[in-house]
Amino acid sequence: MNVLQTILIFVAAFLAVFGEATFPLLRHWLGAQVNLLPAIMVYAALNANISVVALLAVFGGLWFDSLSANPLGVTILPLLIVGFLIYLRRELILRELPFAQIILGAVASAVVPVLTILILLTGGKQPLLGWGSLWQSFVMIVGGAIATPILFALFEWCQHALGYQPRAETSFRPDREIRRGKK
Amino acid sequence: MFKQKHYLALGAVTLAALLIFSLPPRATSRLKLAISSLFLPLFGLVHTAQQLPADLADSVLPRRELLKEIYNLRRENEQLHVQELQAVATGRENDQLRSLLAWQKQTPWKLKLANVIARDPANWWRTIQIDLGSRDGLKENLPVLTSDGLVGRVSSVGFTRSQVILLGDPNCKASALVENPAHDMGVISASGPLDTSLAELSYLSGSANLKSGQSVVTSGLGGIFPKGIPIGQIVDARPVEFGLYSEARVKLSANLGALEQVWVLFP
Repeated sequence: MNVLQTILIFVAAFLAVFGEATFPLLRHWLGAQVNLLPAIMVYAALNANISVVALLAVFGGLWFDSLSANPLGVTILPLLIVGFLIYLRRELILRELPFAQIILGAVASAVVPVLTILILLTGGKQPLLGWGSLWQSFVMIVGGAIATPILFALFEWCQHALGYQPRAETSFRPDREIRRGKK
Repeated sequence: MFKQKHYLALGAVTLAALLIFSLPPRATSRLKLAISSLFLPLFGLVHTAQQLPADLADSVLPRRELLKEIYNLRRENEQLHVQELQAVATGRENDQLRSLLAWQKQTPWKLKLANVIARDPANWWRTIQIDLGSRDGLKENLPVLTSDGLVGRVSSVGFTRSQVILLGDPNCKASALVENPAHDMGVISASGPLDTSLAELSYLSGSANLKSGQSVVTSGLGGIFPKGIPIGQIVDARPVEFGLYSEARVKLSANLGALEQVWVLFP
């Protein structure tokens, strides 16, 4: 965990929210927009510390709600719950495996909207729900599942390309050098 | 498993979320606009990037094509000018007749063009953001339309942009009138989450004689939408609550899924 990784996580969350609001291609084709915040939260929960997870929940939730008709702050708790639960069990998760990333991405993408809608309904709001919501959930889950390993690879690539790479130590030791010739 | 640091983070975020929830609506609305203004440079960037191909295409368009287009536009402009003269004369006559009957004078529509800059990222709302705000004179609840028909109403206004709730969202209801001999009236309300081209027309009388293809326009009741703005056409109708009242599906005239520019109607 380093500063670059933290910056990358927040930049990705910001761009993800912006992209979801600006590029409606998926919505046109599939009738639903895929939310990338749960996938980014999965990455943060597995690779960053608890303060990054908490801050991502706060800022990601606020950015998302600010462009949406959601009441401000409604997405914070669902993101935090998902991130926190993964964070607590992260030592037991094989985070390098794409299969684990896909499953975590799918579960996170399913849980976050459900919790958000539950909070909305508890608060007396009337979101647009119907049988079509099942299809939208399916698209979001599949989209989130596909996006998670891609995001993991992207983050790794960015870190490799932009981050400081420590120089590998050589096996050369001057005291073990074989000197030839006369002293 | 649970360290003190974890408790602190969990507690702090929960507290922050509860604090934001408990803010008064006005403060929340301002905070929301302030946070979303962080995205403004990116919106500008996307707009410029979208304009670039059009500008490039314009710059390589042959002069002959441009002259032809100017000629066509001039002709169209002259035709519209003649029609406007006719409309002004009709309006004047209408005003005179209204004053003879002691009816209130009709005010002409004032329209302002706005670009759609963002859509709601959540699947359970139907809203868009437009690039007009309080500096352009926008206020809450102003009707928004396209040349095809009604789109929705302004729900919150920032300095440079505003949020518009679209027809079909649970928070956008409009009193509507069916253009049939009985002039049946109902309320346009939310439809399903998938199809943005349909809305529900509810609270119609049980004896309403609705047929597919009949036009639906705003009734002027409710004080938000002026009378006569096209909404759509009846697709089908069905009795509800043992025929106590009827409901109909309306195919919206405006294509809400592909909005790029909209008109804001000023009173």
